[in-house]
Amino acid sequence: MEAAKVTLSRKARLGAALRRIWAPFRRVSLLSWLLGALAAVVMEQIAGTQVAWILGLSKIPFLFGFAIVLETAVHTPSALPFVLVSAVLYVSIIYILPVLLVARLTTGLGNRIAAFFMNRSFFLGVVVHLVLLYATIHIWSDISDYRVLVMRLTLIAIMVTLSLNLVNGYMGEFSCSHPGFMALGAYAASVFSLVFFVDDRLFGAPLLPASMGPFMFPLGLIAGGLVAALGAILVAVPSFKTRGDYLAIISLAFMFIVKSLFENLEFVGGPRGMGGQPEWASLPVVFGWAILSVWIINNFVRSTVGKAMNAVRDGEGAAEAMTVNTQKTKMVTFLFAAFWAGVAGGLLAHVVSYVNPGSFGIQKLAEVLAMVYFGGLNSVVGSVVGAVGYSVLSEALRSLEIYKWIIIPVLLILVMIFRPTGLIAFKEFDVAKLIAPKDERIEGEEVEYAPIAD
Amino acid sequence: MPLLQIEDMTHFFGGLRAVHNYNLEAEPGQVRGLIGPNGAGKTTIFNLITGVYQPTEGRITFDGVDITGMKPSQIASLGLGRTFQNLQLWRHMSVIDHVKLARYSRIKYGLVGAFFGTPKRHLEEAEIDAKAHELLQMMSIDHLADQIVTNLPYGAQRRVEMARALATEPKILFLDEPTAGMNPEELIQMMEIIRQVHNELGLAIFLIEHRMKVVMDLCDIVQTLVFGEVIAEGTPEEIRNNPEVIDAYLGKEVVA
Repeated sequence: MEAAKVTLSRKARLGAALRRIWAPFRRVSLLSWLLGALAAVVMEQIAGTQVAWILGLSKIPFLFGFAIVLETAVHTPSALPFVLVSAVLYVSIIYILPVLLVARLTTGLGNRIAAFFMNRSFFLGVVVHLVLLYATIHIWSDISDYRVLVMRLTLIAIMVTLSLNLVNGYMGEFSCSHPGFMALGAYAASVFSLVFFVDDRLFGAPLLPASMGPFMFPLGLIAGGLVAALGAILVAVPSFKTRGDYLAIISLAFMFIVKSLFENLEFVGGPRGMGGQPEWASLPVVFGWAILSVWIINNFVRSTVGKAMNAVRDGEGAAEAMTVNTQKTKMVTFLFAAFWAGVAGGLLAHVVSYVNPGSFGIQKLAEVLAMVYFGGLNSVVGSVVGAVGYSVLSEALRSLEIYKWIIIPVLLILVMIFRPTGLIAFKEFDVAKLIAPKDERIEGEEVEYAPIAD
Repeated sequence: MPLLQIEDMTHFFGGLRAVHNYNLEAEPGQVRGLIGPNGAGKTTIFNLITGVYQPTEGRITFDGVDITGMKPSQIASLGLGRTFQNLQLWRHMSVIDHVKLARYSRIKYGLVGAFFGTPKRHLEEAEIDAKAHELLQMMSIDHLADQIVTNLPYGAQRRVEMARALATEPKILFLDEPTAGMNPEELIQMMEIIRQVHNELGLAIFLIEHRMKVVMDLCDIVQTLVFGEVIAEGTPEEIRNNPEVIDAYLGKEVVA
């Protein structure tokens, strides 16, 4: 009894201490955090190799030390303690310290700038934040090609997760056809690129000069998205007459139909697939599309028109009685989601310069579903967290080989037990709140923020 | 011309005749009641008029438009609002979103506005928001605007449903047992709200009720339904004294 009390109070004391240490950071605005992150990646760019060398690591740890620690644990367990300490030190010196230091030092400045943005130009504020974010990502990725690849795949995963969340989270249906939509988008965009701009085995000489390619690439992606949306009509028309399980079954069937369709279409390479897509999906391009999709999808889900999706999910009868056109809402949502899955597929094909039917099967479906349910239903932030979390985890555990497919599902099961709707579910993503200054004093000084539309 | 006219409406569920030759002529601003024992087909009549079911026979004319066979959302946007017997709120949505969404059919910014957040959209959303808060104030639940509905007490949830139904700007409001499950105090408040809605907005009201006190106090004309057929129609006073009604409905209560 006595002992329990003591540990409890010790725990409470520890909690209080942690809160005291963290207190100043509660006033750090997003701007300062981004500056901190930028400082960290610049630090790595300048001194990463030297720090790694001093710590006895052969090269810069690519994924915050996870990969290298696990690799050592699997292959040379004897060296594990040493590598573990080195990795922790590396991450602390290169990432954690600079981020905390810069965030703390620029707290006041960051809040003042953030307040300035809120009062003068919200748009400029958003642009500045995006530029900082991109700079951070770019410099971080600059260390190795592997990082560039992981980053691009993660950004694409964000797009796919968000678009599936529209159907499965916001609208509460269970759709399994997303890999099919991605495949349609990937093939359509690839055919567009190969026919018009590349001299290749399947389609022969290009119809347009290759130099125009990168500028026409968005058109190819949009075409991919539209083809995917067209495919979505095929699923939607028969299945939206009913609800629930039927859509799940029909959409699953659709995914397999698309896969076997491409396996049997010889003019796009059949089961061997189709290669040679030019690498137009560079990091800035993928970043741009990902931001665009987040922006448009977030606009949609926060509008009253978009909230009709939630009403369809929580009570279709009541939605109809309140003048909501549920049929149109379901159609629009499904096509809209398919469009973004198609665009993401097109980007994916141009990241890996290869597309084959096999990569759009049940495994892809499991991955996308995992990202949605891991991150959180009905939440843009949740989808971003889910996609990034799953992608990073999947890469970090790569060296565990087969055990990776035990650990990830177990984690998912744990999430489902303790947070059945996902880590960050049913949250609105309010950009204005995100980039607002966090310092009460500065907030108090300012007369008032300019009215910001949502 | 009556606001809502129903001629010889009959409905079968399979072989079961749920409603037989139902007729109604509701004038603008009138408060009408529909009473009857459990299973008499009261809610079915509501569902037939609001388009949830299609009547097997008969014709429904609302405000000069033949609405027989229209989708519920179309009928609702013509000005026929309703609440439900067992609350049908959207469990993950906030109070204010409920009321805002009921203005769906009036939104003009369309998908372009929804996707790209055009200035037109922000203007319209601000209008919808203001209108929604007005209705919440009328129901005196404005302080709960940002709450998720499932966190609210029952009485407040009823008010949310009422505010939501009013947000569709109905010409006639269908209330399916608006006082079901309420304690006496909540009952009196709800009756006050119904009166207020009727007087301030000049709505016609059509209500299903079990509690005779509510019907007698509020209604101009009452119909009594037994096994899908209207057996009596008249003022509350007439209904109360009608021997058939007493036999079929009130009489049983006295015996019990």
